[in-house]
Amino acid sequence: MRIERVLAGLLAVILPCAAPAQQDTQKGIERYRQLLAEGNPADLWEARGEQLWKTPRGPKNVSLEQCDLGLGPGVVKGAAARLPRYFPDTDRVQDIESRLATCMVTLQGFKPEEALRNPFSAPGRHSDMEALASFVAAESKGMKLDVPIRHPKEIEAFRIGEQLFYRRAGPYDFACVSCHGENGKRIRLQELPRLTDPGDAQKIFTSWPAYRVSQGTVRTMQHRLYDCYWQMRHPQMDYTSEASIALMVYMAKYANGGTINAPGLKR
Amino acid sequence: MKTILSPAVAAVLIAGCATQLSDDEARQRAERVFRETFTHGNRQMAARVDQQDEAQALCSLYRNDPPREIAAKIEQTQAATLRYPTSGKLMGDWRQGEKIAQDGYGMRFTDPDPKRPNGGNCYNCHQIAPQEISFGTVGPSLYRFGKLRGNAEAIQKYVYGKIYNSEASLACSNMPRFGHNGVLTEEQITHLVALLLDPDSPVNK
Repeated sequence: MRIERVLAGLLAVILPCAAPAQQDTQKGIERYRQLLAEGNPADLWEARGEQLWKTPRGPKNVSLEQCDLGLGPGVVKGAAARLPRYFPDTDRVQDIESRLATCMVTLQGFKPEEALRNPFSAPGRHSDMEALASFVAAESKGMKLDVPIRHPKEIEAFRIGEQLFYRRAGPYDFACVSCHGENGKRIRLQELPRLTDPGDAQKIFTSWPAYRVSQGTVRTMQHRLYDCYWQMRHPQMDYTSEASIALMVYMAKYANGGTINAPGLKR
Repeated sequence: MKTILSPAVAAVLIAGCATQLSDDEARQRAERVFRETFTHGNRQMAARVDQQDEAQALCSLYRNDPPREIAAKIEQTQAATLRYPTSGKLMGDWRQGEKIAQDGYGMRFTDPDPKRPNGGNCYNCHQIAPQEISFGTVGPSLYRFGKLRGNAEAIQKYVYGKIYNSEASLACSNMPRFGHNGVLTEEQITHLVALLLDPDSPVNK
């Protein structure tokens, strides 16, 4: 299993001798994180994302610089701090990734399936979306998360997300709340945020996209949810599905007020 | 006074209604949205998560905290599903139990080999043998489980039943119903019983 492999690697790096106390293990992991944080590899994704943003591409050969991420065409600063949100032109609540895909279609002339084709990188295959999302998120660094839950469709998304958060299903009987409903719990050595606790939610929600050490690449919030459903023994979640965005709006309700610290750095 | 609703005012009123979704309406919409979420995945897996069984539906509805009479009803129907091994042997081999407890394989959409047995993922949530320091804390520690309780038939039956269907004794438990849901076989469960109860198991040393 991936988790074990990576933990074994982490432990080999940070533990000088066998059988340490739990607390030392946790401290060691935090120290390791701190070391990596001084040079987050996600910086490279952010830089590539900025390049992609400014480069004319697609059938129309234009850049994304006039993309409206919610604060008006061309405004990137602070936009991610207010996503997901409702967009009248698509009549949908959209997150960073689905909105970027919209701009690739409307501005650059890509077909929708082209814009959504390669959301998650694999060894030897970059994902433009991971880079673009890193760039857009980083442009809100240091700002407070302020996701609006006011428009009827935003409120509806919140209510749907709430239902999905508690919806148990599949051979493991899991819902989101199975792992994220209590404070101070862990899966193996990985701490689990209680996503309805503002203290936890504000730290977690604001740190995606993030460079994942275990995967050697930047992953987005869409990927985080896809990965959760994978662990929950659910099928493959559709990229930018309505459910994924509803869950983000639900999480954002508790994360609002937190400071954007993306792209983050995670196990 | 005669009032005429302008389209703008009507729109606001309709929007206002939309914000007043009842819980039932929110649930119905969430169900629709959920069914539209897994269109590219394995159809069999999708059918399985689309359709909740009674316990899953009730625990979702009550957010894992059902009123006492609902909890009693869930425990009753889940207890009725308990099946013990026909051999009558509840305690297997703790060494195999340890392997199953460590193993997280199975039933994810990237797990391609149906012939490879599923793991139990036990250490993800429980402390068990003290040698394994990478354990989760979602469930209670099981270290010294048998040392504290012995291994008489009653406790063997309890542990077997807990793993087979955790909700038979605790409605809306976080723990998967490993036997009832077909994640683990009867034999695998007996090995896990041994891991917890066998006096030779490192759990009880």
